[in-house]
Amino acid sequence: MPLLEVTDLRTSFHTRSGVYRAVDGVSFSLGKGETLGLVGESGSGKSVTCYSLMGLVPQPPGRIESGTAMFDGIDLLHCAPAQARQIRGKRIAMIFQDPMTSLNPYLRISEQLIEPLLIHEKISKADALVRGLAMLEAVGINDAAKRIHSYPHEFSGGMRQRVMIAMALITKPEILIADEPTTALDVTVQAQILELIKKLQSELGMAVIFVTHDLGVVSGLCDRVQVMYAGRIVETADTRTLFRSPRHPYTKALQRSIPSLQPKGKELYTIPGLPPDLSKPIAGCAFAPRCEFAVDRCRTTDPRLVAINPGHATACVRVQSAEI
Amino acid sequence: MPAPILQLNDVKTHFPVSSGFFVRHQTGTVKAVDGVTLSVARGEVLGLVGESGCGKSTLARTILQLVPTTGGTVILEGRNLTSASAAEMLLARRDLQMVFQDPFASLNPRMTVYATLAEPLLVHKVVPPDQVRARVTALMEKVGLSPRFLEKYPHEFSGGQRQRIAIARALALEPKVIIADEPVSALDVSIQAQILNLLSKLCREMNLALIFIAHDLSVVKHISDRVAVMYLGKIVELGPAVEVIEHPRHPYTRALVSAIPTPDPDIERGKKRLVLPGDPPSPLNPPAGCAFHPRCPYVQEKCKVSVPPLIPCGPNREAACVRLDEIGAQ
Repeated sequence: MPLLEVTDLRTSFHTRSGVYRAVDGVSFSLGKGETLGLVGESGSGKSVTCYSLMGLVPQPPGRIESGTAMFDGIDLLHCAPAQARQIRGKRIAMIFQDPMTSLNPYLRISEQLIEPLLIHEKISKADALVRGLAMLEAVGINDAAKRIHSYPHEFSGGMRQRVMIAMALITKPEILIADEPTTALDVTVQAQILELIKKLQSELGMAVIFVTHDLGVVSGLCDRVQVMYAGRIVETADTRTLFRSPRHPYTKALQRSIPSLQPKGKELYTIPGLPPDLSKPIAGCAFAPRCEFAVDRCRTTDPRLVAINPGHATACVRVQSAEI
Repeated sequence: MPAPILQLNDVKTHFPVSSGFFVRHQTGTVKAVDGVTLSVARGEVLGLVGESGCGKSTLARTILQLVPTTGGTVILEGRNLTSASAAEMLLARRDLQMVFQDPFASLNPRMTVYATLAEPLLVHKVVPPDQVRARVTALMEKVGLSPRFLEKYPHEFSGGQRQRIAIARALALEPKVIIADEPVSALDVSIQAQILNLLSKLCREMNLALIFIAHDLSVVKHISDRVAVMYLGKIVELGPAVEVIEHPRHPYTRALVSAIPTPDPDIERGKKRLVLPGDPPSPLNPPAGCAFHPRCPYVQEKCKVSVPPLIPCGPNREAACVRLDEIGAQ
C-alpha cells in the first residue's frame, strides 16, 4: 500500500481576472522510502500540488476544488484542521526554495529548530535542545553547540538551508516535501545539500517528494519522475526510463533544450510558443499548440494519463495509440 | 588570434566598508575584483563563471564603468575607459552595452517597448528622428519579436520576450561588445534555449564580442569560445571552453564541474563527486595565500603562503595553482 495516494487533485485560484486552474486533476502515489521527482517549468503546478497537500494554499483566493490525498487512512485535503496539524510538521514536513526568507529573522536558530518538537512531542525544552543540537550536527553544521543560539542572518545561504532541513527532519517525518530546495544556492553548495538529503533519507527511511525544474538534479536523486505541464502530469516513469526513453513530446522537447545534452555549437532545440493561459479553458491537450506531433484529435480529446508500459504512463493520445 | 577589442589589465575594484553609527570609519575593504587581466576579440564569446559573490557582476560593472575602478585599465579599441571623461564615456557606451539578469526589473514598466528601444537612438542621435521608427522595427525583427508589439508595456510580455526586448535595447546602438550578466538564469529551460540561440546567432551575424556571465557551466560551455573561472575576485582558470570544462586543471574548476548535476541517471549515479566543504569565504576577509586553500582537497603548506599567479598550462590555457604539475591533468 502506498504511503500517500493523491487522486484527482484540483486546485484553482479565484482572482479578479479569472479562475486559474493551477493544478488540474493530478493523481499519483508515493511509496515508503521512495524519492519522487516533480519536474516542470514555472507555472506548471508543481509547487501548488505540494502546497495543497500541506494545506498551505491561501484560501481565498485559492480553493481546492476536488480530490483526495490519503495518508495513513486520513484524507489530508478534507480532514479536520486539528487532525491536519497532527500530521503537518510531524509526519509530513516541508522545506522551501528560499532559505533566506523561510526562517524568522527575529528568533534564534535554537527556538525555531525545536519548535516542532515542543508542539508535537511531550518533551522538555532542555531535552528538545539536546535533540536540536544532534540534528544540527547531523546536517553538518560545524561548531553546532555554539551556533545553535545564533540568529539566521549570521548564517550563509547553504547553512540556512541546512537549518531548514534540520528543522523539517527533527520530528523524523515519514514524508519530506522539498520544494526546489537548492535553486537559490550555488552549485557547489547545491552538491552538498543534495548529498545531505540522500544521506539523511537512507538513515531515516523517509519518502521524499522533490520539486525541481532541473532535470540534472532529478537524475541523481530520484527513483521516479513525474513531468508536469499546465497543471497536469504528462509523463511518469522510473528515472532511468524517463531519461533513456521519454515518450511524451513535451518531455522529449525539454530534454532536447538542455545545453549539456547537446553537441556544442549546434543550435538548441526550442519549444515554439508559450505555455497556455491557465485562466482560459483548454480544449484537448494543453501542449498541443506547441507540439510538433499534434493532429486535430489532440485539440479535441482530453488526454488521460495511461500506462504504456508497467510503471511508465504518459498523457498523449498519439503515444497511447502507438502513432509516435 | 585576432586583436582584442576589449582589454583589461590588472583591473581592481575595491569597496570600502565602514561601520559605526555616529562616527563612520572605514573598517575594511571588500576586494570584489582583485587583479583581473582579460581580453576579448570581435566575434568571440567569453564565458565568465563563478559562484555568487566571486565578483563576476562587479567585473561587468567595472568594464562599463558603472562602478569606479580602484586600479588597472580597461581599454576598448585603444581608448582607456578608466581615465575617460564623461563625454568620452558616453561615446564609449555606444560600443559597449549590457544585458541584465532579471528582465522583470531591467525594463521600465512605464515605458512602451517603442519608447524603450527608441531612447538610446534619440540620446545618441544615431539616426535622424524620422528614421527612428524604422530602426526600432528592424531591431524587433532582429530579436524575433513582432513589430506589432511596439506599443505594449513590459508587463504584457513573458520572461523570455522581455529578455528579447532587453537584448534589442542593447543592440540598438550597434555596439561592438555586449556584456550579458546571467541573461538566462531567471528563465525556464525551454525559454533559456531560445535566448541562447538568439545570442549565438547575433554574435555571429554582427561580429559582436560577447562576455557571457553565468553560474551554469553547461550553458557556458555551450555558448562560449573561451571561459574564465573566477573565485573571490580573481581569475583562477582561463582557456578554450570545451577543454576547461572537460579537462579542468585548477582544483576549483574541477570541483565546480563535478558539482553540476548531469541529466543522465547512469552517469550521475556512477560519478564520484568531489563535494567541496564549506562556503565560499567572505571577500571582506579572504584567506591568506591562495583564496581557495581552505576548501581545496589538494592543499599544502605552500598554498597558504603566497597568492598563485596565472601560469600557462597548455595551448591558450592558464591556471592559478602552484600545484598544477603535481596534481596533473584530469
